[in-house]
Amino acid sequence: MRLERDVFYIILASLLLMVAIPWTAGLLSEEIFFEWPFFFEVAIGGLLSGVMYSLVALGFVLIFKASGVFNFAQGAMVLFAALTLVGLNEMGLPMWLAIIATLIVMLVLAMAIERVVLRSLVNQEHIILFMATIGIAYFLDGFGQTIWGSEVKNLDLGFSQAPDFYFGGLILINDFDLIAAVIAGILVIVLALFFQYTRIGRALRAVADDHQAALSVGIPLKHIWVIVWAVAGIVALVAGIMWGSKLGVQFSLALIALKALPVLILGGFTSIPGAIIGGLLIGAGEKLAEVFIAPMIGGGIEDWFAYMLALAFLVFRPQGLFGEKIIERV
Amino acid sequence: MTDNAHAFLEVNNIEVIYDHVILVLKGVSLEVPKGGIVALLGANGAGKSTTLKAISNLLGAERGDVTKGNILYKGEAVESLNPSDLVKRGVIQVMEGRHCFEHLTIEENLLTGAYTRRDGRKAIAQSLELIYDYFPRLRERRSSQAGYTSGGEQQMCAIGRAMLAQPEMILLDEPSMGLAPQLVEEIFEIVKKLNQNEGVSFLLAEQNTNVALRYSDYGYIMENGRVVMEGNAKELGENEDVKEFYLGLSTEGRKSFRDVKNYRRRKRWLA
Repeated sequence: MRLERDVFYIILASLLLMVAIPWTAGLLSEEIFFEWPFFFEVAIGGLLSGVMYSLVALGFVLIFKASGVFNFAQGAMVLFAALTLVGLNEMGLPMWLAIIATLIVMLVLAMAIERVVLRSLVNQEHIILFMATIGIAYFLDGFGQTIWGSEVKNLDLGFSQAPDFYFGGLILINDFDLIAAVIAGILVIVLALFFQYTRIGRALRAVADDHQAALSVGIPLKHIWVIVWAVAGIVALVAGIMWGSKLGVQFSLALIALKALPVLILGGFTSIPGAIIGGLLIGAGEKLAEVFIAPMIGGGIEDWFAYMLALAFLVFRPQGLFGEKIIERV
Repeated sequence: MTDNAHAFLEVNNIEVIYDHVILVLKGVSLEVPKGGIVALLGANGAGKSTTLKAISNLLGAERGDVTKGNILYKGEAVESLNPSDLVKRGVIQVMEGRHCFEHLTIEENLLTGAYTRRDGRKAIAQSLELIYDYFPRLRERRSSQAGYTSGGEQQMCAIGRAMLAQPEMILLDEPSMGLAPQLVEEIFEIVKKLNQNEGVSFLLAEQNTNVALRYSDYGYIMENGRVVMEGNAKELGENEDVKEFYLGLSTEGRKSFRDVKNYRRRKRWLA
């Protein structure tokens, strides 16, 4: 990840704003409670929930990088993976076996999607592939719930969900969120290395740039698409496990995909580190805004803050923080 | 061309139909001998690119179909292979308009050409050096994104990328497109060198008849999906009609299209 200077400035500026605005708000308004430990508690809580957004965004980035298509079905894949995992677990498989079995299911799903949907759409407009992913999304939503039922299920990994005190008893942090952050971090590093330095990673990026040229140098699109959808499926499973054990496995998991959208606009659709930093900025930003700004205007910022931020980015930096610049030769 | 058993690449009377209705090639036959450079000439829409794509099997992605005839490479039918298998067998196409991977660096672009190879990093690194020796300019720009390089550098990158697959046969589509005359010469020079030193055969589609005939051994002229003329590059270059309609030269000096005799001869060409 080569940090460009303007990217660095934008991140620095947003961090400064995140500290300065709550602080001044605390000084100016009686209603807002501001103390440094409390500020950090909110900020860290936000960052950690941002990691969860990043996990979902990551799946989008993978497929976008390899096919230039926004995969509308990513949310449905998260739901499907979580449902399958819990379903298998309820059937009596131990958790580790259920995870392996779900991985295999996601792999088979990737192969099926390539065979049935993508193969006949080679070299079509991106918008057509996008429409196809909408179809896949509805299919997966329905299929998963038909097989495993639509009631809310509990996914218990045995991690404590209770917050603990850190930093000498000053700041409350949820242990589970910490674990999620570590897992997401590992996932990102592995994926980034895979894309940047391996033969297949390079081929994936080549396919994203130009399907036909990739075909012409002998990169078999079929394999590439199976690989990328399988990896996206694995990421969906990880996101499904994390979100599922936080919120319970239910239909609303498919909707967290909507939260990934502003993360992607912020970080850039093509960048794996971008998905992470975008998630962190949005997670921390919306929590801080909710706690320190919302009381002044009557509350309820958290729900739309991310989208406002994304909108601002679309105006000033449409490729996102780390996205590939749209190269146009003149 | 000599008819000893099978030519290196042999295209027999192929017909290509796009979208099940549009007949583009109406029976094209041609041969490329081992180690030869063969030019496929003609105006826009004559069917040159389609012929190349029919050979490399990239037609499928454009909803085109070879409906008649066959294509033999080293005596084996290759129409039903996918492009990747064909690359493994040694036939690779450099597409019209370069088609570099813009967001990859030049070096990464070149390396994608080695995707089908299984002979290890060391061998690939050696080929990479070899390509840099042929195209020193690529070495200089190895770490810049291909999208930001010039048209000439992109053409070199596209040819170099194909070379990394260690092909025996390159289908080169319109290498001169949008390039300055000097660069066109430079690129054809390198093609000639690759042909002589590395033993790669070329089938190149070109509109720039003059340059193409100078660098190739044999030529085919296509019009409206048919081959209308073929011959040694030298003979073609000296043919009165080719001179007049493709090279813009005439022994009788400049003529007007109103000239009746000329018109009749032209009519025969365009029929």
